[in-house]
Amino acid sequence: MDFRDTPAEGAFRKEVREWFEANVPTGVSREITDEPGQIDALREWQRTLHAAGWAGLSWPKEYGGRGASLIEQVIFSQEFARAKAPPMLNVIGIGMAGPTIIAHGTEAQKQRHLDKILSGDEIWCQGFSEPGAGSDLASLRTTAITDGDSFVVNGQKVWTTLGHLADWCILLVRTDPTAPKHAGITYLLVDMHTPGVEVRPLRQMTGQAEFNETFFTDVRVPRENVIGEINDGWRVAMTTLLHERGTLGFALATQAEMMLRDAVDMAKRVQRNGKPAFEDPVVRQKLAQAHVEISALRLNNYRALTSVMRTGVPGPEGSLGKLLWSESGKRLLEAVMEIAGPAGLVSSGAEHAVDGGRWQYLHLRSRAYSIEAGTSEILRNIIAERVLGLPKHK
Amino acid sequence: MDFGFTEDQEALRKSAREVLGDKSTAADFRRIMATDDAFDESLWKTVGELGWLGVAIPEADGGLGLGWVEQSILLEETGRAILPAPYLSAVALAVPVLLAADKGGIRDALLAALAAGETRVTLAAIEEEGRWDAPSLQTTAEKSGDGWRISGAKVFVPDAHVAHELIVLARTGAGTTLFAVPASEARITQLATLDASRRLCEVVLDGVVVGADRVLGAKGEGWSVLQRALDRAAVAFAAEETGIAQQVLDMTVDYARQREQFGKPIGSFQANSHKLSEMLLLTESARSSTYYAAWALDEGTPDAPLAAASARVAGIEAGRYATAEGIQIHGGIGFTWEHDLHLYFKRAKWDELYLGDGTVWRERVASLLAG
Repeated sequence: MDFRDTPAEGAFRKEVREWFEANVPTGVSREITDEPGQIDALREWQRTLHAAGWAGLSWPKEYGGRGASLIEQVIFSQEFARAKAPPMLNVIGIGMAGPTIIAHGTEAQKQRHLDKILSGDEIWCQGFSEPGAGSDLASLRTTAITDGDSFVVNGQKVWTTLGHLADWCILLVRTDPTAPKHAGITYLLVDMHTPGVEVRPLRQMTGQAEFNETFFTDVRVPRENVIGEINDGWRVAMTTLLHERGTLGFALATQAEMMLRDAVDMAKRVQRNGKPAFEDPVVRQKLAQAHVEISALRLNNYRALTSVMRTGVPGPEGSLGKLLWSESGKRLLEAVMEIAGPAGLVSSGAEHAVDGGRWQYLHLRSRAYSIEAGTSEILRNIIAERVLGLPKHK
Repeated sequence: MDFGFTEDQEALRKSAREVLGDKSTAADFRRIMATDDAFDESLWKTVGELGWLGVAIPEADGGLGLGWVEQSILLEETGRAILPAPYLSAVALAVPVLLAADKGGIRDALLAALAAGETRVTLAAIEEEGRWDAPSLQTTAEKSGDGWRISGAKVFVPDAHVAHELIVLARTGAGTTLFAVPASEARITQLATLDASRRLCEVVLDGVVVGADRVLGAKGEGWSVLQRALDRAAVAFAAEETGIAQQVLDMTVDYARQREQFGKPIGSFQANSHKLSEMLLLTESARSSTYYAAWALDEGTPDAPLAAASARVAGIEAGRYATAEGIQIHGGIGFTWEHDLHLYFKRAKWDELYLGDGTVWRERVASLLAG
């Protein structure tokens, strides 16, 4: 058991940390908003990361990555979050589409797409969820019917992050409505500029339109844009989801730690009953509880990582990570709003807002933590059935 | 970065589980808890012979020279088996205090005798108010010739009734000092305790005189020695709670798979299965927090006290939730005396309340976060 970096890991961490210190752009929001200029700044940041060789760290070298080990990917994720760097705009391209194409794509598909994913020249979005298919993703109804050497796609996707900016989309469609639901799905790469694709912003309770609805009306997609085999799309999609969840947990855990540090700092500044809120015993209880949960999150991730490194198979700790992150994050932000009091109600940009309204935004945004990327209820079902071996609820 | 156990550590766990599965069953627990002093000589002999008392005591002091990670492994296993022996008081309370005190004299002799299983030692620190701090201390020690005269009442002393030596915290002038007091010198009364296998006692010291050689560590430094020891105690308790929570989780999952109502196993109902998922999450979090803190203490990292306090909180949460929901999911049968769940519930409650509860340790986390 040893939690210290090895000399090689320490050197890598130092390299990454120093690079971020020198290169993180200031004045660029960390949340994807529709503020003018922010998207251009994020594109520039993506290019900067790519030029320095940091985009696609985990990708094999032959495809433009660094072939970084798991621990290096973890270190990079941690330092990225620690530096409070703006997000990588092409996170879906680099984290989902790219690895899927590498694992399941043809040579032609790899040649066509991978370079532009890394550079950010082509931004990707994910077309999985539908209004009628969220937790029950396999019940999706967007259809793709063969017509000559193309598919004709009709349907609607929802919660499409970056849909309004995206050039390409990884799209799950139903190609065989007569098969059992998991067996009639195909994984397609779709050019978002194809006639018939329409993106409409979806405004969230945060006020931002981080997500979109995407409508497909008679959209023609060449047959060669199938990833894997026709009707084998569910298996392809599952392998990418697993791949993506790997190091994401470390970035989230580090972000949570940074958020808690900021919350403690805020509690020291805000007055409550004539004293800094951090001197209030109840406030101390809540922030201490948050610390216990957030440090457990990081330590559970380390155990999961060790398990994967030793056996190649993630242990039960992996499933628990997202559940704990989302629930502890919501709790922390509720506590922070309590500390802020009425000032917490004042929104971004207005006088008397706390920390520029950042906490209010995060608190609202956090309501989705336990819904996106697997609801807490679904995760508890998965843990119960696949980890504890309890009988299925159906 | 490696958050795994070595082969030796896995072997230690495996052998502990085997021995406990043989000698510390629920039937043994019930038999022993019903005796006058909840003490079984043969079981204690086994614990001593296996080296479990000295696992974290340096070899030079007669122990196995391993660390708090190994001690935590043993406590997780004895937690799982609810070992009915004065083990926690020895290794979680007495040993950390002795390890934190300056070397030499009676400290060394006690460590060796404790490690060998010859001398049973417990900690007599808290008093009527049950507080772990210096200001509330009322037991005093005054110079008496070359020695000390100690007067006061220690309440809630675990296993004092079967102890040979008591580590007593007393006020000496402006400061506090720790003394090793022969148990035979004190007036000890067992108190009927929730966990009948782990009895709390009242210990009255009525002008007990001890020699100067019975001072543990430096005079006036008693509380700071105890404070350091409390970090190790916190992790030890968390390890035991992790074992308790895991055992209850395992029992409840088994039950939920088998018990049928409305034609289905009750584990298929999400109200139950979701609680079990939550139980797993809390147990795993307690486990991760415990072993990290144990490692941090062994390595002396700057974050060790914060890690120890966090582990204590995580352990309490896991123990509470598991034992409470374990009973709930078992339904009526979980509420019976005959079913073993209440034995776990009561031990978890003992662990929660004895060393300062979740509120106390969260406050400690907050004070360490303040930086």
